[in-house]
Amino acid sequence: MAVAVEGGEKWFRTCDVTGFKVDLRAEKIARLNAVMAVVSLLIAVIAALLLVLTRWQLFHVLPVDWYYRVLTLHGLDALVFWIIFFELAALTFTSTAFLNTRMSSPFAGWAGTVLAIVGWLLVNYTILTGNADVLMTSYAPLKAHPLFYLGMILFAVGALVIVTTFFANLMIWRRENPGQSLPLFVYGLMAAAIIAVITIVSGAIIYIPTFLWSLGIIKDIDPGVYKLIWWGLGHPSQQINVAAHVSVWYLITFLATGGTSINEKISRFAFILYIVAINVASAHHLLVDPAVSPVWKVWNTSYVMYLAVFASMIHAFAVPSAIESAQRRRGFTKGLFEWLKAAPWGNPAFSGMWLSMIIFGFIGGITGVVNGMEQTNIIVHNTLSVPGHFKGAVVGGTALTFMAVTYYLIPLLFRKKIAFYGLAKFVPWIFGIGIAILAVSMYILGAFGVPRRHWDITFSGGPFTYTFNPVTDFFWALFGLGGILAVIGALLWILQVVVSVFFGKPFNGPQDLQIPIAEPPPPAKEEEDKFAAPGTFTLVLLFMVAFIIFVALNYGWLSAMWEVK
Amino acid sequence: MAILPPPEGWFNQKVAKDEKIWMGLAFVMSLFLFFWMIAWHVYAKQNPSFTTYKTTPEEFYALEQAFVNKYKVGEENGIPVVKPPPGSDVFILARQFRWEPVLVLKKGEEYRFHLSSLDVLHGFSLQPVNMNFMVYPKYDYVLTFRPTSAGEYRIICNEFCGIGHHMMIGKIVVEE
Repeated sequence: MAVAVEGGEKWFRTCDVTGFKVDLRAEKIARLNAVMAVVSLLIAVIAALLLVLTRWQLFHVLPVDWYYRVLTLHGLDALVFWIIFFELAALTFTSTAFLNTRMSSPFAGWAGTVLAIVGWLLVNYTILTGNADVLMTSYAPLKAHPLFYLGMILFAVGALVIVTTFFANLMIWRRENPGQSLPLFVYGLMAAAIIAVITIVSGAIIYIPTFLWSLGIIKDIDPGVYKLIWWGLGHPSQQINVAAHVSVWYLITFLATGGTSINEKISRFAFILYIVAINVASAHHLLVDPAVSPVWKVWNTSYVMYLAVFASMIHAFAVPSAIESAQRRRGFTKGLFEWLKAAPWGNPAFSGMWLSMIIFGFIGGITGVVNGMEQTNIIVHNTLSVPGHFKGAVVGGTALTFMAVTYYLIPLLFRKKIAFYGLAKFVPWIFGIGIAILAVSMYILGAFGVPRRHWDITFSGGPFTYTFNPVTDFFWALFGLGGILAVIGALLWILQVVVSVFFGKPFNGPQDLQIPIAEPPPPAKEEEDKFAAPGTFTLVLLFMVAFIIFVALNYGWLSAMWEVK
Repeated sequence: MAILPPPEGWFNQKVAKDEKIWMGLAFVMSLFLFFWMIAWHVYAKQNPSFTTYKTTPEEFYALEQAFVNKYKVGEENGIPVVKPPPGSDVFILARQFRWEPVLVLKKGEEYRFHLSSLDVLHGFSLQPVNMNFMVYPKYDYVLTFRPTSAGEYRIICNEFCGIGHHMMIGKIVVEE
């Protein structure tokens, strides 16, 4: 699908693997953003190790002030910078290369990147110098140094500028290709970008007055309003991640197995549901807070009658069924699961994606619904179950997916061979299993009432003491094991990426491709009224059973608590 | 195809039978969860309240002091112990880094808890029953509790409130 492009050939190289035209100016911007993502992840992972070894009180390595400092650092570098820089790279690269079109404004791309990096520097600097011990959420009236808020604002503005170039690139593509539909992968990222705009505007609405308050220009920030609007940034930005990583699932499915959504209309419909329903999630954080009414809570916390959960369940069928359908057409038709057994498990992008789907669905997704229900939130709020949930959703889901797809980006975006490729086979497993153990043990610790964001759960120095159920000792050990495994997995991945990108052998064409790209499977035979993906259907039914059991268990526990109204 | 525009006629392609059934199930589950919350809110006994009064740290401190003076029965580790009559209003004050007062309650009786903070956000986490609510400055959050079990309970703070966050632990005693 060669198309005429403005600006002549000098801006482009033609990818010798995919045949796509790659705008070199966009590629450079994407590369820098990707590098910033990895640097942020490295900071976050080192911080994570220190945090694991502090909360596991057998070691308790950090002193109290550094615990909260490192926790702030970890939260922002992991949950904000690593993921958003990666998404900015993805938005820039895909809206040009995948559409065979040019970068609308390289200047805006660079300006956005520079702003974001300056913001990143300010935030990391203020945290490490002890001027922003306010944790990721910086709930007013806790106050940080003005430069901290300024850094967050600059980062957000930079990100918004790059998101704007994404839309401008799409408009150029539209002009050059009238009447064509976007590829599903880009369509999903567009959903992510739309959610990003709404999210970043929320961020601006709250960070700008908070910045002025920290300077003494505004007298007062209402803590309730702060929390309401801050989570208009905080939670929907996780929905950017969901839309982005589900898009990447479709991409990896295609690259690693040749599979395509068995019904693109359905997949696209699910992305639209994300946009429609997902921006109300601020309520998840206000269920046991004063002032907001039950009607507001129930409507918003359920993403408008669980439309976003519905959308995720649609993808939960659409992605594996794409794999199953491709594999069946290749002849792996025996029984329910031969297609899965014969899947390319040696391909780290595939294994990483599959693990991330399982962890995101079974751990992140199910716990997320329970945490976010109006009543069960009472037994979850601010316990260790909350980070347990988002370890499953964001780390097992988004981070692992991004790590998996990077094995394709190293040759195709950075034009380098993957260093220590033999290792790549194991990395998603080490990281994925580590995170799964970590998430589950944190969730269970939370169910015993262990608080999150807490330096010492023996309450040393307090007027009373309290000892949690001794069973928790076992789960703390599991927590340590899972955390350390995940840290090892992440460090191995970072090592591979850094060595490949900065010191790796150049990638000179398809003969250098280490990670396989699947041939498209033979076309489907028309078979009416038969199940398209019986194996996937079985798996999603299993998921549904687990889901129902978990909701029922939690309401059972809740009913044993004190009465409250 | 994820990386290429969709094939001709994609919009009119029939939805496979299993995908249709799954979407039906998933949609029913979504609606069920939604209406379950509403039903629980109407019929069951554990629901977060939204009764809130506007207050100020000074006003709430005065209310709490009056409450303590009225029902004080002793002192423990420098914190007053208060035994309010069943059905009464109970004031719990959160501040960096303590909860006060210590409460002595009677099992099976209702108490109208008022929670507020003098400074930053705090988290009211009742252990080991594991019920968790937020405490804000300037908001008086009213929760009507009925303790259904006797024993010694702790209130720990589970919203980061500063360097002494881990020392913030209070106590509630429930008598038979």
